[in-house]
Amino acid sequence: MEKKLAKITVNVNEEGYLTDFSQWTKEVGNEIAKEQEIEMTNKHWEVIAYIHEKFKNEEPLSIRGIKKSGVINIKEFYQLFPGGPLKKATMIAGIPKPKSCI
Amino acid sequence: MEKTKIRKMLFILSKATIENVYAAFIMANGARMEGIDSEIFFTFFGLEVIQKKKLEHLRVATVGNPAMHIPTMLGGLPGMEALATKMMKKEMEKLDMPPIDEFLEILSDSGCKLWACKLAVDMFHLKEKDLIDNLDGILTIGDFYNRADKDNTHLLFI
Repeated sequence: MEKKLAKITVNVNEEGYLTDFSQWTKEVGNEIAKEQEIEMTNKHWEVIAYIHEKFKNEEPLSIRGIKKSGVINIKEFYQLFPGGPLKKATMIAGIPKPKSCI
Repeated sequence: MEKTKIRKMLFILSKATIENVYAAFIMANGARMEGIDSEIFFTFFGLEVIQKKKLEHLRVATVGNPAMHIPTMLGGLPGMEALATKMMKKEMEKLDMPPIDEFLEILSDSGCKLWACKLAVDMFHLKEKDLIDNLDGILTIGDFYNRADKDNTHLLFI
């Protein structure tokens, strides 16, 4: 379905994840974050950049990967994106929800 | 996104066979990843998982486990458990499943509370120094039930 975020019309699935990453801009990410009651800081964007890099290299995301990322530790990750960090961070990053169980 | 209806998952882990331990860990971690609170209460043989000296030596059971498809007599031969465990760990590593010590760290960092059962700790004559550093404490079952005393909380015995 279509949704208007930061004056841009984007396609999202029923959970609110962008279905076409090419429609993502930082402003779109910011709007999604606001809807999730997350105020984006530089640290948040660093994590989003890490997620984008993983996505472009087609590497799966996991909490173990976050631990090894060198960008952020797990505790901070949970603090920055409360209530399901990987789920929320990927939504803000405009990529599909991770399918992994770990 | 809709807010989840399950708010808290409490796991009672009474076994130390790898498949049971990973079931508890993956579900507890998965809960945190979904924004659900989670806690694990280690009791009886589950205590092996949080003993510094034992946690790296957990095994998969080859005897009395029909799903292993090994005849019971063979499963009991020396080295069989070690072999099966090695093979299973290899498969787990392929799926990027963390080893026990690292998984405990991930759980603790993720905010999953780790508790030891007081009665079992006493029964096995364990001291606090025998247990992992990121343990949140030693509880009676009554204490644990108090932690369950919230709406939308589920208890699971493994």
